[in-house]
Amino acid sequence: MTATPEPAQNLIDRDRLNDVNLANQDGHNSFIDQGFTWLVQGFAMSVVIVLGWMSWVIFRQAQPAIEKFGFGFLWTQNWDINELTFGALPYIYGTLVSSAIALIIALPIGLAVAVVTSERFLPPWIRSPIAFVVELIAAIPSVIIGLWGIFVLIPFLQPVQQWLFQHLSWIPIFNSEPAGPSMLIAGIILAIMILPTIAAISREVLIAIPKELRTASASLGATQWETIFRVLLPSAISGILGAAMLGLGRALGETMAVTMVIGNSDQISTSLLNPGNTIPALLANQFAEASDGLHIGALMYLALILFALTLIVNMLAIVLVKFLKPGEA
Amino acid sequence: MQFSFHDSATDPSSPTASGMTPALRVKDLAFYYGSQKAIESVSMDIYQGQVTAIIGPSGCGKSTFLKALNRISELEGTVRVEGQVEFFGQNIYSRQVNLNRLRRQIGMVFQKPNPFPISIYDNVAYGVRVYSRPSRSSLDETVESALKSAALWSEVKDNLNKSALGLSGGQQQRLCIARALAVKPKILLMDEPCSALDPIATMKIEELIDHLRQELTIAIVTHNMQQASRVSQYTAFFSTDESRIGQLIEFGSTAQIFMEASQPRTRDYVEGRFG
Repeated sequence: MTATPEPAQNLIDRDRLNDVNLANQDGHNSFIDQGFTWLVQGFAMSVVIVLGWMSWVIFRQAQPAIEKFGFGFLWTQNWDINELTFGALPYIYGTLVSSAIALIIALPIGLAVAVVTSERFLPPWIRSPIAFVVELIAAIPSVIIGLWGIFVLIPFLQPVQQWLFQHLSWIPIFNSEPAGPSMLIAGIILAIMILPTIAAISREVLIAIPKELRTASASLGATQWETIFRVLLPSAISGILGAAMLGLGRALGETMAVTMVIGNSDQISTSLLNPGNTIPALLANQFAEASDGLHIGALMYLALILFALTLIVNMLAIVLVKFLKPGEA
Repeated sequence: MQFSFHDSATDPSSPTASGMTPALRVKDLAFYYGSQKAIESVSMDIYQGQVTAIIGPSGCGKSTFLKALNRISELEGTVRVEGQVEFFGQNIYSRQVNLNRLRRQIGMVFQKPNPFPISIYDNVAYGVRVYSRPSRSSLDETVESALKSAALWSEVKDNLNKSALGLSGGQQQRLCIARALAVKPKILLMDEPCSALDPIATMKIEELIDHLRQELTIAIVTHNMQQASRVSQYTAFFSTDESRIGQLIEFGSTAQIFMEASQPRTRDYVEGRFG
């Protein structure tokens, strides 16, 4: 060990040595810092306040219906504005069924888009445009999709619906004469609308998987497909599930396009070829004309149910994502 | 600088020792990433049942060379190869070669441990399940023997269903070795397998390499010259000049490369004078 050398004080600037005060001398700066913190916190809180406010208003407005019908509202099914008796079941049913159809159709297609556009099956100059075009679907206003549904999709799919009825009517979900607008069409429209969400998020998740896992799989003699199905998709499962739940959330709440193609019938039918109705569609159709307090209350009660449904879906997504997260034994 | 060597009876005194079968025979190999030439005119043999170390300064193309031996570099983009690599007499760059069969025969362990985010058991079983449908019992056996070969069995035998990501870095790397061994490759390529590990984990992997030599042929890229001298019987020294193209400067028995290299550049490198 050598002796500690003497500090060479004479080399250090005198002023620097004198300026060692740590106390806050400039109140101005800290005021701006603090002000900015408050500002940001305020903006962040405003989102929560708006959400809470909305729930509170809906809950208050729904009070007359909640008092009159209680939980029975959820499983009764007559909706008579003149008699002022209301039941939510057909709309809850329609909302869930149309969204389920949408998810069943959009999930495999969205995943396929995600795989094709994230893996090296196609040259980059064709891959990126495909991803871009699919994401562009999200930018189409829903009323336009609805118009397209009425004027293009329904006539185009009517022969398919007829065929399903004629050949597969022994299956309960196809056992009614199709008239055009139907639950099936609504589901397909919704599928198109949630496809970009599912495809884009799944694609991001797949791209984010470390390259090392692909290399590891290839080095063990796996083909690209084996790598996709055995490594990439399982690793991405939580993200894909999140994408599906976001899509489902959007499908549950979609209003305009569904109203235009679902037929707005208040009958519950097992057949998907029959028209149906959903909560958002009913709200859009009736809210403007509702005058009686109980009618408005019933519509608000429906809105509250929709609120709860999307909340449950989102919470379910969070739980599932946590549960399926890879690497947590 | 002091180096310790294996005093194994199979240690040959010269690279052309008789009785050595080349598992891989590289003939005048040149390798391009896109239009960029990365290595050129490499000719050497990787002998069966021996450990061949590939050393050299950063950017000398030693990793590129290793990745050309099981064609894994083709995942990284457009590559082009000139010359030949013969695996027991068959050119691995011939059109008839099935890439998946090739990579099953020539396994690889990477610089960073890369276990799949699934259970320890499923990691080891992965490669086997990809090409066959083994019965549960035979799969159990394969997994156990691979984990034993990788000296990991005693540490994980009670936790086979736990996630592989819960293991330490050194354990993960040995798991990756077990995973590669489970498909029973003839050759194992190791790309700086210890660079992300602490000295104790490194020591375990080095011991493992020595044991594995009884089962298969190993080629290992390493930055660490002591490691090369400890684990290998043969050493290839790669370097590069102003052209930035990697070249094989010298190949010989490890003792020869480290003690009496014929090329001045090799001598400078192993004595720590550059790189």
